[in-house]
Amino acid sequence: MPGQVQSIARAAAILRLLAGGSGRLGLLEIARALDLPKGTAHGLVRTLQDVGFVEQDKTSGKYQLGAALLHLGTSYLDVNELRSRSINWADPLAARSGEAVRIGTLLDSEVLVVHHVFRPDDTLQTLDVGALLPPHATALGKVLLAYEARGGGFGELVPYTRRTLASPRALARALSAIREAGWGSDIEEMTVGEAGIAAPIRGYGGLVVGAIGISGPVERVCDAHGQPRVTLVTHVREAARAVSRDLGGRGQ
Amino acid sequence: MSERYVISIDQGTTSTRCIVFDHRGQLVSVDQREHAQHFPRPGWVEHDAMEIWRNVEKVVPRALSRAGIDASQIAAIGIANQRETTVVWDRRTGIPVAPAIVWQDTRTDALVEELSRTPGAGEVQRRCGLPLTTYFTGPKLRWLLDHTPGLRERAERGDVLFGTMESWLIWKLTGEHLTDVTNASRTMLMDLSTLDWHRDSLDFFGIPPAVLPEIRSSAGVFGTLRTVLPGVRLAAALGDQQAALFGQTCFTPGEAKCTYGTGSFLLLNTGHGPVRSQHGLLTTVGYRIEGQPAVYALEGSIAITGSLVQWFRDGLGIISTAPEIETLARTVEDNGGCYIVPAFSGLFAPHWRSEARGVIVGLTSYITKGHLARAVLEATGWQTREVVDAMNADSGLMLRTLKVDGGMTSDNLLMQFLADVLDVPVVRPMVAETVSLGAAYAAGLAVGYWPDLEGLRRNWHRAAQWLPDVDPQWRKTEYDNWQRAVERTFGWIQPR
Repeated sequence: MPGQVQSIARAAAILRLLAGGSGRLGLLEIARALDLPKGTAHGLVRTLQDVGFVEQDKTSGKYQLGAALLHLGTSYLDVNELRSRSINWADPLAARSGEAVRIGTLLDSEVLVVHHVFRPDDTLQTLDVGALLPPHATALGKVLLAYEARGGGFGELVPYTRRTLASPRALARALSAIREAGWGSDIEEMTVGEAGIAAPIRGYGGLVVGAIGISGPVERVCDAHGQPRVTLVTHVREAARAVSRDLGGRGQ
Repeated sequence: MSERYVISIDQGTTSTRCIVFDHRGQLVSVDQREHAQHFPRPGWVEHDAMEIWRNVEKVVPRALSRAGIDASQIAAIGIANQRETTVVWDRRTGIPVAPAIVWQDTRTDALVEELSRTPGAGEVQRRCGLPLTTYFTGPKLRWLLDHTPGLRERAERGDVLFGTMESWLIWKLTGEHLTDVTNASRTMLMDLSTLDWHRDSLDFFGIPPAVLPEIRSSAGVFGTLRTVLPGVRLAAALGDQQAALFGQTCFTPGEAKCTYGTGSFLLLNTGHGPVRSQHGLLTTVGYRIEGQPAVYALEGSIAITGSLVQWFRDGLGIISTAPEIETLARTVEDNGGCYIVPAFSGLFAPHWRSEARGVIVGLTSYITKGHLARAVLEATGWQTREVVDAMNADSGLMLRTLKVDGGMTSDNLLMQFLADVLDVPVVRPMVAETVSLGAAYAAGLAVGYWPDLEGLRRNWHRAAQWLPDVDPQWRKTEYDNWQRAVERTFGWIQPR
């Protein structure tokens, strides 16, 4: 068992301190109450401020609990905000790959499509923003599952095709491979003849807030050996990194 | 041979951007710098033209280095610019004689009032296709001549030069004193049918001809750069909204685009003849390719669209980011009977009622912030509908599809609402930066980088499309409610 991380324990103490009493404290009061050097207290408070857990009152300069703490239980990033921030990177991905692009997030135990760019061939296509996809059978969904912190089982794994990962063990192995590689794919796992590639979008602090991916006919998405084409994987990962950078995440 | 590119400079109201485009019209790299907005008095808005020029000197080389290319790989450069903003500079020193007066500036309101009572005012407005308002360039130039000591004498001697932003940049880059026909069409000094400065209009505004640039086609070689990228040809200049029309490849009469930003601008291609509006729209030049007749456009300007969302965010604090308006609006099924008409500084097209002020109507205790968020988004949809109706009536062309661009196109609820109230498909192209793309297209076309308009059309791809999906009776009832809400804004400011 590794030892206690001191700065996390101290940060928690600061939050407890702000949650009690008058609700607003100056830096010196915080340092004194916890018997910390002022510089140490300042560093901790600033970091808590950066993640939104603490706010500083503009006039008095005193600190209080931040709004982000109140929303801890709900969604971290507004889905419409995610679309608005990624639109300039999703378009070039569609243009470069020649395939349709989708961005998804997990909603309960399904993938919610929050953005969709048509395949750039001007054929008739329907916008499927708002549609729900099964996470275990799509590249977007598997990438999201791979980085989901929630433990427990996967629920019912419906076999859509012969290649769907319908056993929890096979799926868990695939998710661990995705974490290893930093991207994921589905090859005829949802629809025969269709394949997809996806990579995680990271927000502030590295938290995965969504996934971006392409999908299309298996013969275009995959090479002669039935593996996702390297150039397409590169395009998808670059787009994911670009959106992540825009969101303040480091993007891997 | 290494690949060649076209670059564009988008000199906008708040920033200057340089974008490198490849042969498929795809964005390769971007660099951008903001410039200061000066508000020396209420209603005044100024820019420092030298600061803007220095930004151009910075963003162009940086965009090239980000793309990893050098000047020898640039086929041409094009300019798109904020329109109507007025600069006067010394011909010898190259230094502006006064801060640039920005298009939003209303310092000329008393002058415009006086001019509108001067004989010949009607003829001047007919000749240029624009109403006499503070928005356009002519009154701004006249104001500078009246209020800068000694300027009128220097202007008459030909010691100073006038231009809108593209002229200023063309002069700094090539040493030539030129403008393009789209920018000239916003001065009130040009005759829409001859596409040249008109003597009587110049006399009306008291402008000495010696200060004026020569009017050129929008797509055509203006000159060769002497600085920044020496040797590269400057081959296009267009006002930003006209550049967006070009970038959206609206090359056929009846094709229209709407750019959704702070305000919104809908331009409809009306072909080779100017259409005089009977319904409060502006008649303007869409573009002109060298050696071909000019293409005209009708323009509907809506003052408040994206800025209503900003007001909801900053003024009311109901949301913390603009995209959250959609999340909030989706918490309810409809507007609950509530309508917001954002006549914050009067209404623009097609009403042009300066005494109108905004209203929120239909309030009951049932209304939540979700309904208000719906009403905010719907206001943009209905204002577009009013402009489209005016365009259909003026041009006799029925709009079949609306091409959209700008920041608000990421709002799916709004885009669907737009298709529902216009009863036509709404289409978003794959390249969102249509202003920059239009300037690049025009420049590339002028130097043969792209062969023809058809070649440009093939680069245009649909990224998303929204189809009308409502009951016609709903549309009629809601439009009727909106129009009754608009009527309630009229006459709020009483004459003193």
